[in-house]
Amino acid sequence: MGVELMAMFEYDFMRNAFAAATIVAILAGTTGYFLVLRGQTFAGHALAHVGFTGATGAVLVGLAPLWGLVALTTAAGIAMGFTGERLAQRDVAIGLVLAFALALGLLFLHFYTAFATQATTLLFGNVLAVDVPTVVVLLILGTASLAMLAVISRPLIFASLEPELAEAKGVSLRLYSVLFLAIIALTTAECAQIVGVLLVFALMVGPAAAAQRFARTVVAGIALSAFLALIEAWGGITLAYYTDWPSSFWITALSVAIYVLAVVPRPVAARRSA
Amino acid sequence: MNAIELRDLTLKLGGRVVLADISLAIPSGQFIGVLGPNGSGKTSLMRALLGLVPPSGGTISVLGRPATRGNPRIGYMPQGSGAAPPVARLSGWDFVASVANGHRLGLPILSKAARAETERALDLVGAAKLARRPLADLSGGERQRLLLAQALVGEPQLLLLDEPLISLDPHHQQDVVELVKRLQDELKITILFSAHEINPLLSAIDQVLYLGGGKAALGAVDEVITGPVLSRLYGAEIDVIRVKGRIFVMSGGYEVERDEHRHEAAHGHGAAHGRGAHGHV
Repeated sequence: MGVELMAMFEYDFMRNAFAAATIVAILAGTTGYFLVLRGQTFAGHALAHVGFTGATGAVLVGLAPLWGLVALTTAAGIAMGFTGERLAQRDVAIGLVLAFALALGLLFLHFYTAFATQATTLLFGNVLAVDVPTVVVLLILGTASLAMLAVISRPLIFASLEPELAEAKGVSLRLYSVLFLAIIALTTAECAQIVGVLLVFALMVGPAAAAQRFARTVVAGIALSAFLALIEAWGGITLAYYTDWPSSFWITALSVAIYVLAVVPRPVAARRSA
Repeated sequence: MNAIELRDLTLKLGGRVVLADISLAIPSGQFIGVLGPNGSGKTSLMRALLGLVPPSGGTISVLGRPATRGNPRIGYMPQGSGAAPPVARLSGWDFVASVANGHRLGLPILSKAARAETERALDLVGAAKLARRPLADLSGGERQRLLLAQALVGEPQLLLLDEPLISLDPHHQQDVVELVKRLQDELKITILFSAHEINPLLSAIDQVLYLGGGKAALGAVDEVITGPVLSRLYGAEIDVIRVKGRIFVMSGGYEVERDEHRHEAAHGHGAAHGRGAHGHV
């Protein structure tokens, strides 16, 4: 079995897939923890949809989809940070923006007719199709995002746990909201390369939400979240290799399974002891 | 020295005048009960002292200096912060520790000094053990104690406590008041403690600051909680009835403070869903 497992690394595309998945999983697990802590998971979901418009738009003007993703998600993330909670909590407004973002993406696809397979890739990802230059870009963007997060992490945690007290102590809630959503936007763009825009939630929110159920300190929570994301990404690619089912399906399935395992036992145990 | 000096202070909130031309001085080291009906400006006054609400007129001096945002010498416990139990399983320790140097950039790794400061604050409220448990597992009273520890991080000289008694039963209310009184005695700090009812505070406070109708009255309980003074603040006929050491503030047939409290308890519940929303001013 061990030898057989190693055999999958003889293929270039498998090595690229694992490299890309490692970078993205660490980034998604880390930033996702903050996203769940701040109760902004829906923002991550929304940014991914906006990213679809960006990616299809980029292809239409002859650019790589990744740059369209990065540009539009970052712009949308910063805009969201500036408008603040008021907009982020308006379900209807966000829902309509999401629908419109997907519709615009569809329109761009319509203009660029020879594009059906790439549409599926954008929507659902295909980590097995990642090439070396993409891995390099993912590494650079991922490192930059994590570095930025490291710099702002302490005030960000303060502002997330105790917003009113943080504000009184001179922490600008808006500044950190904008910076954080810019980081989330980059993470979304990276995740979309692995699992596609529709399944970003699985890699960014699933592991983090599961980690929240166990960790008693922020640092432990971040570490556990990143670890779970790695397990899910690596496990998903490995299962895809053996079953020939899509890797995005397996990554999402593992994410859901781990979340369910993390959440379910607690209420059951509580009911027994009551 | 005075801890707080207000000169002709006017505060507006969304165009509405909350406090008009208030002038008063609060001496250092006193425990002040801040009372008044909903919208009378209790929260707004605290936010103004913190530099979060700029005065529309007049001046505010806090600990000898003009009010500025991020003043490290003020400890603050926002209203309703104990109402919403967090989803995460984070320990209380992490919440209190997040305040230590929380405004500085960098990784959330505590320095030795920050760790010691967190422990000092927890010891002051007797919550060192409590803080190891997940915050979500604590009762309202226990959580309130950790919030108090949070306010004490950084050795503040002035403590602003906004409605710490909300959603606590009478027994826990008395515990909180006694704890705050002990902090005042031990640390020789000034305390502003807002509440809807005067009775839980009677044994502890040095003076009462009563707000209402844009006006304010500061003085001993017996000078301020009287029919004439409160009638002026409420702009309505108010009777003050004293029974066995308890005080009842009545307007016509009904009890004013009690009714306010009930209204606020319902409100506080709603605010639990959206943290950061200001239920009232």
